[in-house]
Amino acid sequence: MNGLSVRLGGREVLHDVSFTLRRGEFVGLIGANGAGKTTLMRVILGLLQPAAGEILIGGRPRGRRAGAVGYVPQKIQLDPDMPLRARDLVGLGLDGNRLGFPLPSRSRRALVDEMLRAVNAEHIAQARVGNLSGGEQQRILIAHALISRPALLLLDEPLANLDIASEQEVVALLARIAREQQIAVLISAHEMNPLLPVMDRIVYMAKGRAASGPTDDVVRDDVLSELYGSHVDVIRLHGRILVVAGRGDGLDILADDGHGHDADPAATVGTVRTGTG
Amino acid sequence: MGGILRAIFEPGFFSSGPVHVALLVGGVVAVVCGIVGMFTVMRGQSYAAHGLGDISATGGAGSFLLGISPIWGFAGTSVVAAGIMDLIGVQRVRGRDLATGIVRGAGLGLAALFLYWDTTRTSTTGAPVTILFGSLFTINSSLIWTIALFSVAAAGLIAVLYRPLLLSSVSADLAYVRGISVRVVGVLALAALALAVSLSAMTIGAILSTALLVGPAATALRLTSRPGPMMAWSALISLAATWLGVLLAYDSYYWPALPVDHDLGRQGWPVSFFVVVLILIFFLLARARRDQRGKGTCSAPS
Repeated sequence: MNGLSVRLGGREVLHDVSFTLRRGEFVGLIGANGAGKTTLMRVILGLLQPAAGEILIGGRPRGRRAGAVGYVPQKIQLDPDMPLRARDLVGLGLDGNRLGFPLPSRSRRALVDEMLRAVNAEHIAQARVGNLSGGEQQRILIAHALISRPALLLLDEPLANLDIASEQEVVALLARIAREQQIAVLISAHEMNPLLPVMDRIVYMAKGRAASGPTDDVVRDDVLSELYGSHVDVIRLHGRILVVAGRGDGLDILADDGHGHDADPAATVGTVRTGTG
Repeated sequence: MGGILRAIFEPGFFSSGPVHVALLVGGVVAVVCGIVGMFTVMRGQSYAAHGLGDISATGGAGSFLLGISPIWGFAGTSVVAAGIMDLIGVQRVRGRDLATGIVRGAGLGLAALFLYWDTTRTSTTGAPVTILFGSLFTINSSLIWTIALFSVAAAGLIAVLYRPLLLSSVSADLAYVRGISVRVVGVLALAALALAVSLSAMTIGAILSTALLVGPAATALRLTSRPGPMMAWSALISLAATWLGVLLAYDSYYWPALPVDHDLGRQGWPVSFFVVVLILIFFLLARARRDQRGKGTCSAPS
């Protein structure tokens, strides 16, 4: 199946959210904290049941079928004492749901190696996962999620707590994976700036509702104003896009560098820069 | 060569019936505890295991009053207590420790009462020592099949659940996404732990039972970074400590008597003492080896 559609409508946290993801697409799920991004992800994963609406994966309703959706959680506490190498964790992505011990097999090993290569993590394959840095753990978790060949890969705020260099590295990696493995990659972020160079489409969330489409079609005054239910201006300025609320005097433009800036999400709905990739 | 062997294995070691039973039962229980203990340590359930051990003392003491084998008392109370722990909710560490602490305190209080009755109202004056500190040399050989059954159940549960349990221990969310019922896996693992605790209580005693579950696994953690070999090391260390403990306890009968022994004649030292001390020695050796290799320090597992 090439088409992969996700449709759901919840009542409160998510209100009538609908969008479609296609294989090979890199899609950003953008919104301030509390907009409903994590809730949406948990619904897609089946960790939460939607009050209304449906989720179709490969044209069929999502079941508890393991492997259709890969998931990389926002942060995961890995004990440095945990006796688990990076490659063991990747292997558990392949058959962690099966009973008994994993039997050593050449094809299993080759597949784990291939996934480690895909995320540039061959050199840390033998290290304990708990001793790896945040960025390295994330790459291992991406390999863990990818190895079951999912149709859809979800990443919850993968850029949080990363420095700029690792941020760009992870974004480039995910864009390449979406293209090469022909899977839909849905990545949530409160900051769309780092994603702009590679993002095929955007799902912009505010107040539990969403607008989706090509970035230029969604990040516009009229679309976002309707989404927020109050007037919003999208200002492109020196290669940056500022999304600001309010009209006329006292326009409160938040022009910080983006990291951790959700002081007042009602007044300032996001800061977006373009062309800095 | 023969002289050295005779010095190590005092006369009659290989022909003694109680030694055979001790080696067989102790060996099986050691391997099971090593296997189950790996996940106990990995999942940070050492304190829960300790609580189950203490609570199992209540059942063991009660079984003397009822005139049944302590293994049923150990296993019964420990499995029921594991169920209660799960019901109370063990999601948060603090809540789990408080629940364990409270249930365990009440259990030990009851154990004190039952042991008092054991010694005053029945003829089993050795009950407190048997329950609290084990009875490897006096295990009734008719219990071998019961112990074998419990062992197969505990180790079998862990073997069957190995991969889902491993992934659940890493992250409940990741496990769920892979289609694993994290709750069911957790309850079954706790049941395996309860069975292993009751087996350990039979061999080295209810109070010391956690030593066999936590010590070898904690040692194995320092020897390898991989889950499979960790399980193998854990079982091996546990087995070595138990068998060496049996040997030393047997030999201790021939050691020069302590001054306090004169009135009573020759007395051997308790096997539980040797097992626990050997586990500690193995742990310290592994720790020293790891520090020496400069592979970085690890905090002691709780």
